[in-house]
Amino acid sequence: MSDTTVAAAAPKLTRKDFVSDQDVRWCPGCGDYSILAQVQKVMPELGLPREKFVFISGIGCSSRFPYYMNTYGFHSIHGRAAALATGLKISRPDLSVWVVTGDGDGLSIGGNHLIHTLRRNVGIKILLFNNRIYGLTKGQYSPTSEVGKVTKSTPLGSVDYPFNPIAVAMGVDATFVARTVDVEAKHLQDILRRVYEHPGGAFIEILQNCNIFNDGAWEPLTDKGTKADTVLLLEHGKPLIFGKNRDKGVRLGSDGRLQVVSLGNGTQEKDLLVHDETHRPLAYMLAHLENPTPIGVFHTSTRPTYEDAVGRQLEAARKRSGVGDVNTLFNRGETWVVQ
Amino acid sequence: MTVPAETAVAAAAKRREQRESVVIRFAGDSGDGMQLTGMQFTTESALAGNDIGTLPDFPAEIRAPAGTLAGVSGFQLNFSSLEVYTPGDNPDVLVAMNPAALRVNIGDLKPGGILLADQDGFDAGNLKKAGYAANPLEDGSLSKYQVIVVDMTGMTLKVLEDLKLSNKVASRCKNFFALGLCSWLYSRPIEPTLKWIEDKFKKTPELVEANARVLKAGYHYGETTELFAIQYEVKPARIAPGTYRNVTGNSALALGLLAAAEKAGLPLFLGSYPITPASDILHELSLYKNFGVYTFQAEDEIAGVCSALGAAFGGAIGVTTSSGPGIALKQEAINLAVMVELPLVICNIQRGGPSTGLPTKTEQADLYQAIFGRNSDSPLPVLAAATPSDCFPAAYDAVRIAIKYMTPVILLSDGYLANGAEPWRIPRFEELSPIPVQFRTETEGFFPYLRDPETLARPWVRPGTPGLEHRIGGIEKEDVTGHISYSPANHELMTRARARKVEAVAQDIPPTAIRGDQAGDLLVVGWGSTYGAIAAAVDDARARGKKVSQVHLRYLNPLPPDLGGILRRFKTILVPEMNMGQLLTILRATYLVDAVGLNKIQGQPFKVSEIAGKILRLLEG
Repeated sequence: MSDTTVAAAAPKLTRKDFVSDQDVRWCPGCGDYSILAQVQKVMPELGLPREKFVFISGIGCSSRFPYYMNTYGFHSIHGRAAALATGLKISRPDLSVWVVTGDGDGLSIGGNHLIHTLRRNVGIKILLFNNRIYGLTKGQYSPTSEVGKVTKSTPLGSVDYPFNPIAVAMGVDATFVARTVDVEAKHLQDILRRVYEHPGGAFIEILQNCNIFNDGAWEPLTDKGTKADTVLLLEHGKPLIFGKNRDKGVRLGSDGRLQVVSLGNGTQEKDLLVHDETHRPLAYMLAHLENPTPIGVFHTSTRPTYEDAVGRQLEAARKRSGVGDVNTLFNRGETWVVQ
Repeated sequence: MTVPAETAVAAAAKRREQRESVVIRFAGDSGDGMQLTGMQFTTESALAGNDIGTLPDFPAEIRAPAGTLAGVSGFQLNFSSLEVYTPGDNPDVLVAMNPAALRVNIGDLKPGGILLADQDGFDAGNLKKAGYAANPLEDGSLSKYQVIVVDMTGMTLKVLEDLKLSNKVASRCKNFFALGLCSWLYSRPIEPTLKWIEDKFKKTPELVEANARVLKAGYHYGETTELFAIQYEVKPARIAPGTYRNVTGNSALALGLLAAAEKAGLPLFLGSYPITPASDILHELSLYKNFGVYTFQAEDEIAGVCSALGAAFGGAIGVTTSSGPGIALKQEAINLAVMVELPLVICNIQRGGPSTGLPTKTEQADLYQAIFGRNSDSPLPVLAAATPSDCFPAAYDAVRIAIKYMTPVILLSDGYLANGAEPWRIPRFEELSPIPVQFRTETEGFFPYLRDPETLARPWVRPGTPGLEHRIGGIEKEDVTGHISYSPANHELMTRARARKVEAVAQDIPPTAIRGDQAGDLLVVGWGSTYGAIAAAVDDARARGKKVSQVHLRYLNPLPPDLGGILRRFKTILVPEMNMGQLLTILRATYLVDAVGLNKIQGQPFKVSEIAGKILRLLEG
């Protein structure tokens, strides 16, 4: 049987230890490569033996992820990764369980499991790669595609109103909600480290480019020329300030709404909102801010994890009734003896 | 036999007659407590040493409008000094608490049988709701029965007069009057029920007092009233020595799963979603937290099975429980379990279908679904329980096979077994067969799909084991290495390997037991809850000198290796099923035998007479 203490004392892990022997088969130029690289970079630094990591996925391009990680992995069925991960985490709280999913897998066919897993606060880390398109099935619109999206299945444009993944996660009271971007290597790494440290369930939307079927979906947020003016970096305790010249910000208007303002002309940095990750109502509002688009940790809070609560009930039952004895249980209630 | 001492003299004044077997049915409004009355009468009868079989029959609606036909709830009990196979075809006694209960059930009462009716329940309003223009208790229409009308409600209220209970609360005790009266009529001891009342209502002492009083009042009423000239007695049955308790199928199934997990030394993880008639397994296992049992009420059926599979990946005994509609939702995940070759037990407590169908009624029409109901070639072992107590060994064996062969296993039960009860000879945990578990920890020579030569099982590795990190999934795997493979030859090899592995389970199937002669004119082949009715019908035919035998199948996939030879030793094969002929088709296809079916799709179990009649017609034909 595995022994954590022995394994933990093993030689320091490197990125190589987390690279499997399988060829990566995503399309050249796919945003998934960068995400995989950052995960493989961060995992060895976390101080947890490799065998304690489990990656579980559903179906879709992103869901090939576990094959490329040299950890325990389970490539399951469409939309159900969170449900599998829940069963594993409840019965094996010692493992670090990660779910890799996409906008179709996690928000369409698997939407139900996603919301219930987050509301229960099962201590699993959900990485949702959002490219706003179905890639593996070759280019149909997804539940995060913008209205009017012209795809193979919507030649006249989609009429569906899209999900806002961050708002969905906030809506079910997830205890860690963040957004990052595939090509923002350092930001992505920082978020991964924080996710790992978070004691409960975590939801991370990773804006990811599908260069084949939806190229440039996030370009305004990643283009070096524009991103300073389109992206709002959320940092706990710091003012909501952005812009190439750091001359724009977000403040709370007297009407209770968020206002995007330019600094100067009487508006000063001290008038801006200061980001507070623990302030849930602020995160609700920021979830709906589109221009600029916030990235970073919207919200984090703690409440008991599902698996801990379950474990405590088992412990309490053992304390109250003693460790179960099968023969006693069999003979419970009215019994009679036939000679 | 226990009779309160102070009444023994009065009782002696009545005539007492012996009966071999009695079938009694309690029927009333779903709020009248008929299930509870039936179950208590069952306990009393079991403690009196009788063999028993029960059949609860209740409406799907939680509270259908009071007094209506839709709201009638019934509980039938067969208690006997002989071996009991079924809850009985037609009752000798019908207790009807209102006109609707009478209307729904009177057609089943044996001619000359006792009808015990609550006078108060037959008021104008209730008569109208049941569609009676005149009171059938008074218009002579029931003359072929012994009609005994007792003002149960009135006497219940009377005996509780000084307790200051509301009329509503007091009148709800009337089922205990009926129970007390029937207990006297059949010389049942009421002490177990008095004890039960004390325990059940311990938080409300006034209800302990009220129900106990009413129970005794019903008992004493039987003794003193001149309505009853005869008291009946059913002697204890000859039953194999041992310690017994009553058990329902769902309870036995839950205990079987738990016992298997304990024997294997692994935690039991149940992922489930509430559905009739399977929910009681979830309820029961959720009580066993001190055994380390995890019960997870999932957000839907799919999450139920997926969470169980996730737990199995982690090294637990993964189980999911449901009924047909829920199993339909789970099939994709069951297929994943076939592909990743992890142990998983799927319990289908079948009910009438298709779709929502008849949620509270029984059927055995999910055999095709179990064996064939997934995409592609997707074999897995399928087992079925035959009686309520048989759910225990069936569940135990399902777990054992799942682990030994690293495969999902479907266990079939049904609503009739789930809610029916019978005495269960309690086993000693130490006597149960071992369930060895070998988690792979050796890194040298490890491959995720390297098979055991005997069982063809792949190794089970718990995540957290150093050096054995590997990936599994639903995409076709390369033989031995488990890498993704789209190779044509490999796909055929793996498809055949999965099939051979399930076929290998046949090596664990004991020789098929034949009730009756080893060869003859007619063999009745059944599976699942039809066991009792078939056994009684076969015994009946044999008593008439017919060369009829019975085979009842526990293993439906793979089938027992000796079954083909057995079938060929009989001139005619009869397959009674509560479906349109599913096992029949499988037997015909597998063995090329010209078997015939007897099919009943009414949400009700077979009556012995229906099968016995078919046997005789076939032999005469």
